[in-house]
This record gives sequence, structure tokens and C-alpha cells, in this order.
Amino acid sequence: MSIDIKTVNVEPKRQTFAHVARRLGSDKPASRYEEGVFDVQATKHFHYRPLWGPEHWHFDEGRTAIGMEDWYLFKDPRQLYYGTYTIARANMHQTTDHNFAFEEKRDMLANIDPAWREMIVGYLIPLRHYEWGANMNACSISDAGYGTAITSAAIFTAGDRLGIAQILSRIGIVLGGGDGELLDEAKQQWMEADAWQGVRKAVEDSLVLKDWFEALLAQFLVMDGMIYPLVYNHFDTEGQRHGAAALSMLCEFMVDWSAEHNRWVDAVVKVAAKESDENQALLSDWYGTWRDTMTEALAPLASMVMADAAEAALRDVHQQLDDRAAKLGLSI
Amino acid sequence: MTPPRKKKLNLKKRYELMTRGLDWETSYQKMDDVFPYDTFEGIKITDWSKWEDPFRLTMDAYWKYQGEKERKLYAVLDSFAQNNGQLGISDARYVNAIKLFLTGVTPLEYQAHRHFAHLGRHIRGVGPRVAAQMQSLDELRHAQTQIHTISHYNKYFDGFAEFPHMHDRVWYLSVPKSFFDDACSAGPFEFFTAISFAFEYVLTNLLFVPFMSGAAYNGDLATVTFGFSAQSDEARHMTLGIEVIKFMLEQHPDNLPIVQQWVDKWFWRGHKMLGLVAMMMDYMLPKRIMSWKEAWEIYFTEAGGALFEDLSRYGLRVPKYADIATDEAEHISHQNWSIFYQYTQAAGFHTWLPSDEEMAWLSEKYPNTFDKYYRPRFEMWREMEARGERFYNNALPQLCQTCQIPMGYTEPGDPTRIGFRSTEYAGERYHFCSDGCKDIFENEPEKFSQAWLPVHQIFQGNCGGAELSDVLEWYHMKNGTDNMDYTGSPDQKQWDAWQSVRKRVAG
Amino acid sequence: MAGIVSITLQNNDEARPVIESILHDNPSANANYMPGAVKIDCPERLVVKAESVSARIGRDWDPQEIHLTIVSMGGSLDEDDEELVLSWGA
Ligand SMILES: [Fe+2]
Ligand SMILES: [Fe+2]
Ligand SMILES: [Zn+2]
Repeated sequence: MSIDIKTVNVEPKRQTFAHVARRLGSDKPASRYEEGVFDVQATKHFHYRPLWGPEHWHFDEGRTAIGMEDWYLFKDPRQLYYGTYTIARANMHQTTDHNFAFEEKRDMLANIDPAWREMIVGYLIPLRHYEWGANMNACSISDAGYGTAITSAAIFTAGDRLGIAQILSRIGIVLGGGDGELLDEAKQQWMEADAWQGVRKAVEDSLVLKDWFEALLAQFLVMDGMIYPLVYNHFDTEGQRHGAAALSMLCEFMVDWSAEHNRWVDAVVKVAAKESDENQALLSDWYGTWRDTMTEALAPLASMVMADAAEAALRDVHQQLDDRAAKLGLSI
Repeated sequence: MTPPRKKKLNLKKRYELMTRGLDWETSYQKMDDVFPYDTFEGIKITDWSKWEDPFRLTMDAYWKYQGEKERKLYAVLDSFAQNNGQLGISDARYVNAIKLFLTGVTPLEYQAHRHFAHLGRHIRGVGPRVAAQMQSLDELRHAQTQIHTISHYNKYFDGFAEFPHMHDRVWYLSVPKSFFDDACSAGPFEFFTAISFAFEYVLTNLLFVPFMSGAAYNGDLATVTFGFSAQSDEARHMTLGIEVIKFMLEQHPDNLPIVQQWVDKWFWRGHKMLGLVAMMMDYMLPKRIMSWKEAWEIYFTEAGGALFEDLSRYGLRVPKYADIATDEAEHISHQNWSIFYQYTQAAGFHTWLPSDEEMAWLSEKYPNTFDKYYRPRFEMWREMEARGERFYNNALPQLCQTCQIPMGYTEPGDPTRIGFRSTEYAGERYHFCSDGCKDIFENEPEKFSQAWLPVHQIFQGNCGGAELSDVLEWYHMKNGTDNMDYTGSPDQKQWDAWQSVRKRVAG
Repeated sequence: MAGIVSITLQNNDEARPVIESILHDNPSANANYMPGAVKIDCPERLVVKAESVSARIGRDWDPQEIHLTIVSMGGSLDEDDEELVLSWGA
């Protein structure tokens, strides 16, 4: 039996959920991002204090010193919900797969100067551990954060960081001719080489932060904001002079990803800073501390890779980040 | 051409290289400060490297397969909306099961997202940590795909629009909410046991397989699509559950009694909560595929039997009171539906009495209990309705301190007597529906005495006022629209209008 | 009850070659159909062979593609490049 829809009055009674309509100001069609994110987290009448930390409810605004009237002001400019997230990443990674296949077929990494190849093992492959640290911070934020807008974007970021750690692992495997030897070598550098200890210490210090917003600022704004341009821009440019053009192609995912990631990070920091003077002061304070730590931590790594040009590169990275932070409303 | 010199890695080796070596033993901060939560429960793990990854999905494969599932799912949702798929369901009463789903289950998916992120951060072993992270993503997926699917129903039917608000307040929704709060406020190994093992491995099949198949049978293409699509992630979740249990039991003999107590607790918690699903299957699906009792036999008695037989080599036994739960499978759906019928004025979905045909089906499926205990009750209520004296229970029910369900369950072996237990803690008396719930309380009285019991809260004046109308307003439940019987509801009027056109068109 | 293992798959075009392969490669398997899904039970052990599925679809089938159609399972699972195995006592 077919139904002639034209003759049936199928006018909707409402356009969206009531809590979404309240946020939009009226009952009007809402996007999938809005319906999938707004107010999805429970806020009231929790039953039991966590055995693992009774000072807070498991969802609790008090897990950061940053205060917000409305935690859904942290809208993701990318409007990612799970479907758009996985589809976007699957597409990005398809390009990465093609690049790997293309290079492996032609053995392009073999053209890299042997000395620079050593350098890549020294500066790039250990970053898989840095990414793993970032993954842990992203999980912490998804765990301890408040409101679906933050926690959903944070778990997407956690997936991203694991994915990037795995791309870096894959580069190490290809570079090593197909097995894991270079990964072990790179791990040893991460654990022991002087060039890495400042970064590793900063990462480990970030892992014990009690305030998830500080972790967000330290990891996503400061650490990423310095390491990504330094490695994927300055170090990469240096590599071009040593026959490492092929490597740039394998790092394309990280470059594209970071541009996208920064849009979200900037939106979050900007909204938080704008909310109140207290937030602004706190964020500025955290920013200053972490930026100084990272500037110092990155110096030996930069000079290992760029020798005399290191200082200028770091200064550039530092300046760019300060400019970015100032635009977000932080005091430098 | 360069000669082929590359070594091709197999899946296991490749996964290990890409994942396992990522973590390191921290030295600038103590490992116990980086991982502060994974020891206090007393679970002893001597060697995390013994963890076996059952599925070896790298992130790129995860994005690829999940992205593909999402593309397909949203294509179905779009066409369901464009073609007014709601006109094709078996009957508008069906939609009430979906209301219970969105208000009761979807917020739990979100909680699962959060707490798997907690485990994905705080468990020391990399293998289970990565699995937990992927599950955190999956559970967010479930919450969002459910909202997106049901979004279309929300446009045409009442009872959906305030789902997060209701979840935090409404009396019967505190049953699923407190269940998950209980798990999230526990330590990470208990959470794994509660959610990954007891709930996902042992019990969720009961929710997702027969219920979603029922959605298909009732013409709800959208729900069955999200249901089975979500369930396709469940194979990974179930595997994580069983691996964690085996891992704990293999790592140290001292873990057995702890794990056994958790298995007992969470089996019972799950059984009580799934009583709501029992009622959805037996009473709320206009076209039924399988009774709750049949589903229990297939998914608990049979599948659970094989599982616990396998686990017996570690000394783990079948959960305590499993026999009582199996007995209760004969009663639970009828008792729960009776509760909601009596309290329809405070329910966020519509109720009704089963028709003659439906009662015949129930008699056939429940030969030991339905005609003897439940049919007479429904027939009496039907007569009262016919006389214009529809029965409403206006007394607020006493809730079980543990499962938070109104005390409407009968004694094991005596379906004519309501079960009632109580205990004293810190000078106060607490009440329970069953021995299972009482045991759980007595093992953790400081935890369960904290419960936010909706009825207590109403009495204490924390729910908008003393009158029903005050409480409904506080729930954001529209009187005469969201609550009460299906007969006479705006949902019904609209459905009947659609149907009458349908009949005219069909000639 | 000699440990029954089971796998439930969606009953759609995509899963059909997988269902057929399972029933072919596991002679003691038993399929129970319900709306939208099929539950396949088998005593002790059940294998999904990539080779069999590939032969039915005319391209290489990766065992991880099972994630697209699986609905549920009972038993312990092991996965490699060639096959997926469900069993007890592993
Ligand atoms: Fe889920
Ligand atoms: Fe799940
Ligand atoms: Zn109880």
C-alpha cells in the first residue's frame, strides 16, 4: 500500500529539540552539529561521588579554574560531529596512503643524504612519543572537561594524535626498510638524547596538571604552537637542502591537520579569555610560563637540526606564537 | 628498479610497532603520578605487556571503516526524512519505545564516551588504553547518531524534545542514570568489569539485537540502521570486555575475589535496568519478534552459559542470583509495564493496556505466568477504563535504594507477594527490592546511601513543588501531551489522521 | 553444552558473501534469521576465511572489513591477515 504523501498533512510539530531551540533563540531547524552537541552532557543530580576523587562529581565545572557562564560557547568552528570527523579524516588519510605508496614504489626516501637520514631519526621519529603525550592530554581534556562541545572535540583530537603518531611510526618503518629498528633507535633518543630532554620533561609535567584547561593551553596552544612550525616548517625547509623533499609529502597530513586544529584551539582560547578578566589573567599567566619553558626546551633540538640557523628559527616561532596569542586576547 | 628488499610486516607485528612502543616509563614525573587511578582498587597487574590486542585497528583503518559506516547511515537517515519514513511504521504506539530509548539510553552513550576517555587516559597499559580511546569515540558516535536519527521523530511526536533535561530529573530515568553514575564513579577496573564485561559482553545483546530487529519489523528503518550500525562497534567493545576480565584473572590470583564481586554486582544491576527493555519488547513493540524471556534464554542462559563455562577455568563462577534473574524473566516485563500504567500521569511516554490479540501472544509466550498473574490485573484495569474509572496510582512509590525502581517486584518463588528488604546504615534505614540490591548496598553503603532518589527529592521539595503539576513542570513534561495514555493523546490524533488519508488513498 | 560460539551479522548485500563463506567453511554452523540480521551459531570454533569471501566478491577482502557488518559475537576472537577465528578457551 503506497501513501500519497501530498494528501497527508505531515507538517512538523517542531523543528528541533527544546534545549537546542532555547540556544538558537527560537524553534528553527538546527544543524547536526548543534543537535549532536548542545546539552548532551548531564549537568545535575549526580548520584555518587567518584571513589577516585570525591572532591568533584564526575562531570564538574570545578575541574578547572577557568569559569564560564555557558560552556557551549566553545563551539567548534569546524562543526565536527562524529560523522563529519571520521569522513574528513578518512579522506585526509587516503591522500597520505597514496603518498606512501607513491614513495615506496620509487624508493624515494633512499635519495635522502645518509647523514640527514640519521637526522630524521633524531628529530622526527621521536615525535611519535610527543604525539602520544598529546594524545594523553587530549584524553584528559575529554575526560575532565565540561560540556560536550569541549569533550567531543577533545576526543577527536586524541584520535588525531594517535593517528599522527602512527604516521610517524610508519615513516620510521619505511625509512628503516620495513622493520621497527629505527623506532627503537628513535625511542632511545626520546629517552636519553640531550636534544629531547627538555621537551620530554615539559610533556611529562603537562601530564600531571590538575587543571584540564591549563593542559589544553599548554599542549594545544603552546607546545603544538611551537613544535609544529619548528618541525614541519623550519626543519622541513632545512631538509630540502639535504634531498629530503620526499619526506615533506609524508608529513602533509600533519601540516594540513595542524592548520585545522589551530582554528579550533584559537576559538576555544579566545572565548575563554573574553569571558572574564580572571580567565584572561589566568590564561596569560599559563601562557607565559609554558612558552618560556618550551622556548628553553626546544633550543637544543633546534640547534641539533639547524645549527647556526637555530636561534633565528626559534625566535621566529616564538614571535609567531606571541602574535597569535595576542590576537586571542592574552597579555604577553 | 630497486630490487625488492622490503620486509612485509604482518598485521600483528605492524600493529605492535605502530602502537605498543609509543609509551615510555616517565622519569621527570613518577609513573604513579601520571597514572594515579589504576591501583587503588587492589587489582594487581604484574606485566602489562602480556595484554593481547584482539582487534588490531590502527587509527587510519578506524577512520576508514567508521567513515564508511557513517556515510551509509546518514544516507539512510536523509532518505528516511525526505520520504517521511515515520508514516511507514507499524503503529504510532511504537514511537513510545523510542522515547524511552532517547531519554534513557542516549545520555548513557555520552557518559560512556566520557568514561572511556578516562580509561583511555588513565590505564597504564597501552593496548587497553588505545582500545578504550576508540571506544570513547564510538560511544560519542552512538550518542550522536541516536540523536540524529531520533531528531526526525522529534519533529512529529511528543516526548522527545526535552531529553537531556528529563534524564537529569525524571523518576524512572534515574534508574539508568544512577546505573552509569555508579560505574563512572568506580575505579577503572570496576568500570571495565561493569560496562565492558557485564553490560556489553553479557547483557547488551538483549538490548540491541532483538530490540533493533524489532524496530526493523515495525518498519522503523532509521532506528534499525543506527542500531545495527552502532552494534557493529560492539564487537570491539565486547572483545575488550572479555579480554580485560581474562587479563585481570591471569595477572594475579588475588584479583579473583574482587572481580567476582564486581561481576555479581554488575550482573544484578544490569538485570534490573534491562527490565525496562523487557517491557519495551513485550509491551511497546506493536509487532513482536521475540519475547523477553526468549531473548533471555538465547542471550543469557545459552550465550552466558558458554561464557561462564569458559571462564570457570580461572575460578570465576556464574554471577550470584543468576537463577533468580532467570526466574524473574517470566515476570519482569509485566510488572514494569504495570508500574508505568499506574503512573502514566508522570511518564514521559504514553501507556496502554494490551489488546486481546496482544494478551493472547503474552499468554503463549509466558504460559507459566501471564494468565495466572497478569492477565487478571490487565482485564480488571480494562473494565475500570470501560466504566470511566481508569486506575491511577496517586501515592508516590517507595524506591529501591540501589536500583531505584519502585518496589513492585515480587518474591522469588511467590509472585503474589511484593519483595521487600531493608538494612540499617549510620543510623538510617534503607529499603531494597531484592536480596541482590541489598547485598550491593551492604558492600558499599557509603556510596549507595548518597543516591539522589527522585521520590525522596520530591518529598523534600526539591522538584518544583508538592503537586503533580509542579513536578511535571519541573520535569518539562507537558501535561496531556507528553504523558498519559496513548488513547486520546495528540500523537494518536495525528497518527489517526495520517491513517485515515492512507485508507482513502488505498481506496 | 559444548561451548557454542556465535557471530551475528547484518543481513544485507554487503554481508551476504561473508554469511555464505561462513556457512560454507563451517559445516556445523547453523544460521538463525531475524529481521535485519542473522545469528550464526557453531559448536567450539567458527572461522571466517578471507580467501573464501574474496572468491565470492571478486576482490581482496580484508578481515577487518568485518567491522562494517558485524552485529554481535560470542566467544573469544583472534584476527590475522588471513582469517578471523572465534573460539572458547583461547
Ligand atoms: Fe554504545
Ligand atoms: Fe559499546
Ligand atoms: Zn533494587
